[in-house]
Order: sequence, then C-alpha cells, then structure tokens
Amino acid sequence: MAQQVKVEEFAPAITHQRVRELQRQNRKENLGRAWYKFSRNPLSIIGGTTVSIILFLAIFAPFVAPYPEHAKPFTDFANASQPPSWQYPFGTDEIGRDILSRVIFGFRFSLSMGAVVLSIVVPVGVLLGLVAGYYNGTWVDTIIMRITDIFLAVPPLILALAIASVLEPDLFHSMIAVTLMWWPWYTRLVYGLASAQRNEFYVASAETTGASTPHILFGEILPNMVSPIFTKISLDMGWVIIIGSMLSFVGLGVQPPKPGLGTMVASGAKYLPDQWWIAMFPALGIVVVVLGFNLLGDGLRDMFAAEEA
Amino acid sequence: MSDDILTVKNLKKHFVIGQEGTINRKPITVKAIDGISFNVREGETLGLVGESGSGKSTVAYITVGMYRPTSGTITFRDQDLFADSKGRPLALKKEVQIVFQDPGSSLNPRRNIKQILELPLRIHQPDKDRLHEIIRLLDLVDLPPEYMHKYPQSLSGGEKQIVAVARALATNPSLIILDEPTSALDVSVQGKVINLLIRLQREFNLTYLFITHDLSLMRNVASRVAIMYLGKICEVAEAAEFFQNPQHPYTQMLLSSIPVVSEEEEAAKPEKIISSGEIPSPVNIPPGCSFHTRCPYGMDICKQIDPVMVETGTGHVVRCHLFEQPQEVLQPATSAAPSPT
Amino acid sequence: MSTPCLLEIKDLRVEFKVYGGVLKVLDGVNFHVNAGEKVGLVGETGCGKTTTMKAVLRILPMPPARITDGEIFFKGQDILKMRDRDLGKVRGSGISMVFQDPTAALNPVFTIGEQLGAVVQHSSPANRRLSKRQIREKAVIPLKEVALADPERLLDSYPIQLSGGMRQRVCIGMALATDPELLIADEPGTSLDVTIQDQVLRLLNGLVESKGTSVVLITHTLGVVRETTDRVYVMYAGNMVEESPTRKLFAEPLHPYTQGLMQAVPKLTGGGIAEGIPGRIPSYLDPPPGCRFHTRCPHVMDICRRQKPPYFKADEDHEVACFLYAPHLDQQSDERAAL
Repeated sequence: MAQQVKVEEFAPAITHQRVRELQRQNRKENLGRAWYKFSRNPLSIIGGTTVSIILFLAIFAPFVAPYPEHAKPFTDFANASQPPSWQYPFGTDEIGRDILSRVIFGFRFSLSMGAVVLSIVVPVGVLLGLVAGYYNGTWVDTIIMRITDIFLAVPPLILALAIASVLEPDLFHSMIAVTLMWWPWYTRLVYGLASAQRNEFYVASAETTGASTPHILFGEILPNMVSPIFTKISLDMGWVIIIGSMLSFVGLGVQPPKPGLGTMVASGAKYLPDQWWIAMFPALGIVVVVLGFNLLGDGLRDMFAAEEA
Repeated sequence: MSDDILTVKNLKKHFVIGQEGTINRKPITVKAIDGISFNVREGETLGLVGESGSGKSTVAYITVGMYRPTSGTITFRDQDLFADSKGRPLALKKEVQIVFQDPGSSLNPRRNIKQILELPLRIHQPDKDRLHEIIRLLDLVDLPPEYMHKYPQSLSGGEKQIVAVARALATNPSLIILDEPTSALDVSVQGKVINLLIRLQREFNLTYLFITHDLSLMRNVASRVAIMYLGKICEVAEAAEFFQNPQHPYTQMLLSSIPVVSEEEEAAKPEKIISSGEIPSPVNIPPGCSFHTRCPYGMDICKQIDPVMVETGTGHVVRCHLFEQPQEVLQPATSAAPSPT
Repeated sequence: MSTPCLLEIKDLRVEFKVYGGVLKVLDGVNFHVNAGEKVGLVGETGCGKTTTMKAVLRILPMPPARITDGEIFFKGQDILKMRDRDLGKVRGSGISMVFQDPTAALNPVFTIGEQLGAVVQHSSPANRRLSKRQIREKAVIPLKEVALADPERLLDSYPIQLSGGMRQRVCIGMALATDPELLIADEPGTSLDVTIQDQVLRLLNGLVESKGTSVVLITHTLGVVRETTDRVYVMYAGNMVEESPTRKLFAEPLHPYTQGLMQAVPKLTGGGIAEGIPGRIPSYLDPPPGCRFHTRCPHVMDICRRQKPPYFKADEDHEVACFLYAPHLDQQSDERAAL
C-alpha cells in the first residue's frame, strides 16, 4: 500500500486522475457510513420518509390533491359537513370544501413558513454566534450577546401581536415576527460551541500559520458545528410550523379562506365534537409533519455523531 | 550573538485568573513564566524539561505567537517577535512553527489531510502548484499520496503526528517548536516520529525547541537541555553533562524518579531522592527559591532569597544557593564548588 | 496451580459490532492473578487490555460488545454467569478499578466528600445505615491511606480544585475504600508528572504490602512495570504473547514483540532512538491469519502465517506464544489440540 511516489519522475497528470478516483471512493464511503449511522434507528427512517412524502405533497399539491380548487375560494353547500367517505377521505368542512385537499395545500404554507424563516434565521444567527464566540471576552462578544439577550426577553406572542397590530395580519407578517424571535436561539447555540472550539489546537494552528479570521470562522470552526446546527434546524422546522399554526389559530397568520393548518383548526374547533373531522384532520396534519421532522432530527443527530475510533 | 536563532531575555508571562477579596480586590495571578533567559543556537536541538506548572508549554506558546509576553523580549535572528502590536507579520509566522502534543486535537477532524496541508501553502506560497507541494510534503514524511483524502480519524496516532510535522514544514520554517510531540504515542511508534524529525533537521538545517517530560527521550534527542520549575529555569547544560553531572537538586530528583528498563540505566541514575509533598500551584509560588518546599538540601537562605543563575562549568549554569559563592555570584564557580552526591 | 487463583480468565473472546462488520478484539485471552500478587499487563494502545479488564467487571457496553467465548472466575465463581445482585457484591468489595483519566472519573459537580461518602455508604449493608457524620469519618481513612495532606479539607473540595496527582490518589482511595481483594489500576501514572507518578506507584506498592491486596497494573510504559510488579503479561492485538516473572522478562525478553518494545524505549544511557517496530497494529475487522504479530515480526516463519501459536513453556514460569519457542516442530499437532 505504501508506494513512494517520486514526484519528479511521475507527471502530476497521473496523480490528478488518482486524486479524482480517491475523492470519489472517499465520498462513497462517507455516504455509506453516514447512511449506516442514520439507519440504525428505524424511527429515523420513518421520520425521513414522512418528511419526504410531505415535501412531495407540498410541492406537487395542485396535481396531487383530489380537489385543488377547494383550496381557493369555493363553496358547495350541497356537500357541506360530510363525514369522511371514499369521495372525500377527510370529509368536507362547513362550506363544502374537501378537507384532504386543503390539508395538502396547508402543508405548503407550513413548509414555506419553516423554509423562509429558517433560511434567514440560520445564516444570521450562526454568523453572529461565530463572531461572538470567537471574540469571546471582548466587547464584540458583549455587544452581540446582550442584543441577543434582549431579543430573547421579548415574549414571542406579544411580539407577533404587536407586529400584527401595526401591519395587517397575514402569513408574511407572521413570518417576520417568527424570524425576529427565532434568530437568537441559533446565536446562543453557536456562541457556546464556538467559545469552546476556539481553544482547540487546530484553531491555534491555523492562527499561528497566519490564516485569516474568515477562514478560521468558516473553514475551521464552523465545520465542527455542523451536527448540532443541522439537528436543530430539523427540530426547528417542527417548532416553526407549530408556532405558525398557533399564530394562524389566533388569527394572526394565514387568513381564511386560505387553507393554513392552524387556521383550519381554529375555524373547525367550533364544530367539535359532532363534526370532528373539520378540526381533527388539520390538527393531525400538524402532528404528523412536526413528528416527522423531530424523528428526522434524531436521525440526523445520530448520523453526524462522531465516530468512536 | 550571530548564530543564535532565538534569544529570550527575562521573559515573564503572568495570567490574571480572577480576583480575591471583596473590598480590596486583589488580582490572582498565575506566574506561568517568571523571568527566564536562554538562547537557542542555529541548527541545535534545545531540550526543555519540566513537570506540570513549570511553564514549558507557555514558553512554546509565546514563542509561536499564541500569547504575548507580560514583559521581556524574544528575538528571532535579531528581530523582535512582538514588535508589531497588531500581530506577528506573516514573514515571521512562516519562520517559527509548532507541532502540538495531542495529534487528536491539533488536526481539525472535519478537514482531510489535503485541506490541512493546503492551508499553510495557500497562505505562504499562493503561486505554487499546491497539489504537487502536498505530495512532496507527504513524501518527505514517508506517507503515500493516497493519504490525502483521509480524515484524521482514520489515521493512527503516529501518522497524525507525522501529518502535523508535515504541516509545520509546509511554510519552510527555520525554527520548529515541538511540544511533547510523542507523549501521546506508543513507544513502538515514537521512534519513527523522532527519527523522522532528526532526519528532517539534518536535511533542512532546522532548529528545534524540543519540549518533553520524558528524560530518557531527551537524552537521545537534545544537544543541550534546560530544566524548568514553576516558571523559572533551574539548570542548563550540554546534554551529556546534564545527565552525567546533574547539579540542581530538582534535576537530581527528577532523574532519580524516572522508570527505566535496564540495570545499566538504573546505575546511571542519581541516588534516589524521594519527592515528598505536592508540586505547589503556580498561583501560590513559595517565597525565596520556589523549590525549597521539596528540596532535600534546603537551607535557611533558600526560604528567603531566590537564587540567581551561576555558571559552574562550560555552558553549565545552575540556579541554586548551593552553588553560590558569597560575593562571587556572577563568576564561574571554581572546582571547589560543592556538589551534593 | 497450588495457590488458589484470585482471578482467572480463560480463553476470553470479545467482539464489537461496528459499521463494516465485526471487530474481533479479544482473541482468546488467558490471564490469572493469585492472592497477594502484583501483576503487570503491558501493551500498547488498542491491544485490548482495558477491554479485558472491563469484561472482568462486566462494564463493557454490551450492544456493540459481545463476549463470544471464554470464562472468567473470581474466587472460583463464574463472573459471566452471575446475576446482577451477585455481581454487585463482586464489584467494589471484591474487585475495584481505578480508571485511566482521573479527571473524567470524578464527577465535577460533587465534592470529594460526597463522592467518597457514596462509595463508603454503599460498600456494605452495614454502612448504609450510618449517619452522615459517621460516613464522613470513614471517608477520611482512604484519603489518609493515599498520603493526601489535610484530608478533612479535601473532603469539602471539588475535583477541579485538586491537581492531577491528587485526583488520581483520590480515585485510588475511592477504589480502596471498599476494601477490595483485587485492585485493577489502568494506567495510574500516565497523566501524571514523573515525580508524582513515582509517589503514586510507591503508594500502590505499600498498600499491597500492608493490606495484602492483589494489584493488576495496566500500562504501556515498560519502566513502570519493572519497578512495581512481580509478574508481567505482555499483550498484543487481543492476545497475551508473553507471561513471565518481572525480573526474567527484563533480563531476557523472549517474544519478538516484547523485544521490539524493549529496544524501542529510549535509554537513559544514550544510544540514539531505535526505529521502533515497523507497521501498524492489525485491523480487528480482518485480522491476519495465524499469529497476529506475524506481519511485523522480524523472525516470521511460514507456520506463523498459518497457525496461531499457543503458549509454549520457555521456562517453568516463563511462557511465550511464539513458534520460535516450540520445543519440537513435529509436536505441533499436540500443540494445536491444546489450543
């Protein structure tokens, strides 16, 4: 195995090819190992499958839902309040809309809420946490973390209400509210991790070699935090969806007649317990999507777990 | 002196770790290094020995630029390493590199060998063909190029440390500080790493500052040895002299405690000095000579006055009251100097 | 064996299930300790010495680990077949273990007194009914035994306030607080300074003399073993390769691995650094057939590649697992049967 490659004798051309071969081999092995760790727990696979299905449904909602037009303003009083049947698997609501189709479209709102919020919150929160952690003990750290503390101190629902009273209540504005209250959690997480990491010897090595600060933050420290960050992202999807549904439930998020899951639960709640399906199925939808992300998050945590030598 | 690559003058490093008292808050200081001076000659291997609290690692970290000294100077080829308050210039960073003790944490577990070796190359030699250089570096340390894509976890301890050496070499330094390079390795692997270091030293005319607590290893690696205790140097001598004629009581205590594997070595050890008591914490350094609490030859003067360095032979200096002649403190001791046996 | 064995391990095999297959770590380990003996277990990282001792105490993590064969007897009782209740009696008052890293072995959020007190309290049914003050009085005793200054104040300190050497001694004290018949010390001096290591080893010696405790000293430092043990086992890649009284082992190491180790240690008298043993320890996933050392052995013979060497007696109390010492080549079939 240990061949001595005399570089002066062999042209780099051969080695470039070898290099690509090795890269491919390595990638395959890493993926294999990652899958092995992920799949140890069957629940993770269930979580992953659930999330994939829901993602598919959300993306292809207009083609998959049996009655896509029911997600738009629509009434059919003749078929109102029908219990679940072959024609309407989840039943119809009080104005005749198919609940299954509306739940499928509801997933769209939920997932997009999660995606939009997290795609803003994660970069901002992680960046602030990295900088604060690396400059731990200096004024940079103090300023960033005190701002973070202030944001964490504001009760989220009050913040949402405040925003709603200034701007009209709708999905977009509730996303703003959730974004504003969510980023500090990432900063906190990354701050703790980065503060510990900066004392590692590979960081010292990069510093004494003369690496630039951006490289140290993103090239040395950040890769070591991938596991907790991704796990948190997955679990957060579940949380953001719940908070979004909560906001919709109290009337601040998705406005009727749009099919937000929380909104549907709110309007269906008054028909409990006789027409239970109107509120139950959207609620179940929330449960399933959140559970899916939680199980997926557990699997991701296992997958990123450090190898025991 | 022109062939000294590194000159340390009266270096001090104090860390303030907290404060005591509620009204008059006095800072609690750890005197990690409390006034040391030594030179390293170009091309030699200066060994630095000491136990925990001695400050030897702090010397390493200051020299390579991780900490700034509290006072004193370190000059590299007559250039002050800390002249620039904004940080050491790249040209000097290139010259002084370090190999850390624990290969497990000195290599980023999320980076493969190629990326680890690429970093110094990217910073200091941005124009060269990096792939070529990486293969050359791996070849220098007898690792096959296929190792490039491996991650540190799949390497053995010895191989990891060898990669750390390759990384240190990547900037073409003149001085490499080796902080316990083999302490975390098994003895059967140690030889490979040390012999590699020796070979590289010859090939590239490197200077080593070799830090270890393993005196048997030091005997075979260093050309000169300095021993530290609680932030101060106790004795410096050429290697053979250091081991055959140890003068400071701490040196003798240390030498007499090391476990050896053969009768000949047992005979070469000084008479057993049983160490009693704990090593004092660097927060509470005893007054006078810091070693007096454990010294079998403690005299009254030791409790009050800290001794100064005295030359007792060619290139052999000791800091101990046993070797001070009154009023002749700075002159070389004559053969009448008492040596405890 | 006329003297009763305190601890006897027979042909122990342990596997670990990991990604990619099964690590066949222990491959038929034989080991015994008599009452009042100090036995050294020398081997390098990854050879399986800690795994062996953890198997004795049955503290191996059982999902990845599996004991596939072998027996472990403590005072004649089969440890592997014991129920948890009986095992609880063996752990602590029968066999006690001091782990490698004293910082990790002590809980940082409890004081020394609380941790020691807990050990004392649960070491015997009688102790469970003692009052706090009585337990504290009992807890001071092990601290005094390990020569720690000011034991009363130590009881109220947290582990972080102590130096490494003191922590190690506290761990030894905790192990001794239960008055065990066998003390297993895993690398007791490795993270310590040489002068403190000296003190600790001297301490262990003294305890054996005064209490008659047997000691198993696990280490990768040959020099430590030379000064503190009566008998030594050398372990390589999951096998015991040599067993001998200490003096004999150092005067005349027989197994090529032991010889390699002795050569690799830098000598205080000078002489340069030996190259060490070429190669790496074999992969446990796919260990080489025959003798596990044969890929690195300077004296490898054909038979080494095919068969695993059993113990051969080089002397009445010196055994080597190496075909170089096979008494007669055509007695191999008998030796194979004896495996």
